[in-house]
Amino acid sequence: MTRDYPEKPKQVYFFGTCLIDLFYPEAGLHGIQLIEREGIAVFFPPEQSCCGQPAYNSGYDDEARSVAAAQIACFPKDIPVVVPSASCASMIREQYPSLFEGSSLEQAARSLAERTYELTEFLVEVCHIQLKDQGEPVKIVVHHSCSAQRHMRTSHQTQKLLNQLGNVAVVQQERANECCGFGGTFSVKAPEISNAMVQDKCDSLMATGAQQLVTGDCGCMMNITGAIEKRGDQLNGKHVASFIWERTQ
Amino acid sequence: MTTQDAGHINLNFKNRVNEALADQELRGNFRGAMDFLMQKRAAMFPDQEDLEALRKRGEQVRNRCLQQLPDLLEQLEAQCVSNGIQVHWAETAEQANNIILGIMRDHQATRMVKGKSMASEEIGLNHFLADHGIEALESDMGEYIVQLDHSTPSHIIMPAIHKNKQQIARLFHEKTPGVEYTEDVDKLIGTGREVLRQKFFEAEVGLSGVNFAVAETGTLCLVENEGNGRMSTTVPPVHIALCGIEKVVQSLADIPPLYRLLTRSATGQAITTYFNMISGPRKPDELDGPQEVHLVLLDNGRSRMYADKQLQQTLRCIRCGACMNHCPVYTRIGGHAYGSTYPGPIGQVVSPQIWGLNNAGNITQACSLNGACRDACPVNIPLPDLIRRLRHDGNNSTAEGQTAGQGQLRKPAEAVIWKFWALLNRSPLLYRLTLWSATRFRKLIPSHIGPWTRYRSAPRPASKSLHDLMKASGTQTNHPTNQP
Repeated sequence: MTRDYPEKPKQVYFFGTCLIDLFYPEAGLHGIQLIEREGIAVFFPPEQSCCGQPAYNSGYDDEARSVAAAQIACFPKDIPVVVPSASCASMIREQYPSLFEGSSLEQAARSLAERTYELTEFLVEVCHIQLKDQGEPVKIVVHHSCSAQRHMRTSHQTQKLLNQLGNVAVVQQERANECCGFGGTFSVKAPEISNAMVQDKCDSLMATGAQQLVTGDCGCMMNITGAIEKRGDQLNGKHVASFIWERTQ
Repeated sequence: MTTQDAGHINLNFKNRVNEALADQELRGNFRGAMDFLMQKRAAMFPDQEDLEALRKRGEQVRNRCLQQLPDLLEQLEAQCVSNGIQVHWAETAEQANNIILGIMRDHQATRMVKGKSMASEEIGLNHFLADHGIEALESDMGEYIVQLDHSTPSHIIMPAIHKNKQQIARLFHEKTPGVEYTEDVDKLIGTGREVLRQKFFEAEVGLSGVNFAVAETGTLCLVENEGNGRMSTTVPPVHIALCGIEKVVQSLADIPPLYRLLTRSATGQAITTYFNMISGPRKPDELDGPQEVHLVLLDNGRSRMYADKQLQQTLRCIRCGACMNHCPVYTRIGGHAYGSTYPGPIGQVVSPQIWGLNNAGNITQACSLNGACRDACPVNIPLPDLIRRLRHDGNNSTAEGQTAGQGQLRKPAEAVIWKFWALLNRSPLLYRLTLWSATRFRKLIPSHIGPWTRYRSAPRPASKSLHDLMKASGTQTNHPTNQP
């Protein structure tokens, strides 16, 4: 389960993810700026779109495969690919190899999977980043996505990164490990179950009295903050990249 | 769950879910019970590394046994026969029911007492026997409660977990003549025990499930806590054991790791109160035990699962129920909403493969693929992968597996949407055109978009996409040079 990490590279690719591209572009930008600040050149191939997970999770493998193949073509050089989402990163790392098993793209899919990193994982394990908190004292609550906890297993790295921020107090929520109910198309295919899950998640987040919600996955953030807003509650959500970038300027 | 009902798992699934979600008492019962069970399991596995090693071992044992399944089944049959156990093979639920009915009729038997057996639920045995004038009484306390309530198990290990103490007290008071209302659990159990004790003596046939069938020795192992399993298999003159064909293990040495995983994962116990090893009928010099023992080996779709490399992993399951205890969906909708003998994650994988995707495939949608079940599974079954695979098979008539009803869940409108989605996401020009329009016309995005906005505010596209920001910032959007 443990992964071997390389030396800090000179160049990396950045895979922005479709959700960040359209809804949370500043999270992508801040992710890139954090990497660049470590002295690494970041390349953003403009042909990139989506990792293919929505179709894959819905059982439309051919459609997912065609989109995945287009992404593989975006990252041909043997340098790390950094993804500001454990969910999309795990799609590439865990699913691409089996999706292309026996095809002409198998080797390329395996190579891409091996050099794909979730953003906080990359900053902690490869860049050995050192942060200096410039922000005001704040109490935050962190939601680790299921992909970060149980697929990429990078939630402890996100935690490590946040722990470097001296003025940030991370408060604990009840049932922190439980899914927020997003699950991609699950949220519209089983909307009532998804809602029951996100309402419970909102309850436990609100009960912490935190001033800010921080998460590494924008799918969860869209789900949780959307539900919080509909309820009329106040809790602002921020991607971990933006949260860190803004406090370490 | 009867075999007649099995065709209707898909029907009204949404209604069952919505009813369960609206039932606050039910949700409280499940939440409380699942929290308790998760804590109990966690306390049994304090060391993560030890747990992983044990799970790996469990997986390896089950895989080795499955790899030689046909040979082990033949060996099991030969050993059982030499031990004096009569072995029957049932390819379908109907055959299994008829074999059991035949044994009952051979003995002019009209009363059966049952230990806990999910396989008997799977084949709808109680209803089948009732239709033929035979009373089959459940003797496991949870099963007894469920039967008294004319209901079905909501959990494979704890059949009555959907009920709280007060509900059970009311049920006993209403359904058992002369029983006062009491919430004293010991008294409630005492009442059940009194009724059952008499039934054990009257029944001509006892039926049980099997947790492990040992090929080398022809031993049938039964894991239980209440002692009713031992009573069901020793007091009546005839014992019938109903066993899924995947339950066979090679040798007695295979059992300790599986047994350790089973009890710790299921109920957070280091060991159960009873572990029964049944090696044949009463011998001439023995004082007790049944005069006849029958083993009914049930296929009912398991060979189809076996034929597919990925889906074969379904058969590793040792039926501990940890996947449902850890499932955030099961915790909220409970077992009955699934409409199948097997609820929760393992049920979402097993049920469509037994009853067909056309009949039971819709329940695979009730999963966020969060992976909690996979991490809890004592034999490392990749449940989310299998659930996703069955979604795929439901959409594709040309899928590789042998599951019935492949392609029959395909919705033409949805298929068109995914085709369009794929076109858009693999063509950079179209993708950027979409981004461009969504960001420029973001104010035109409706605030009500389907089920999403029923419970959440609508997501708002940014005014500039990340692609736009990259272009503007001068970040290198070309490809890197060949320098390291």
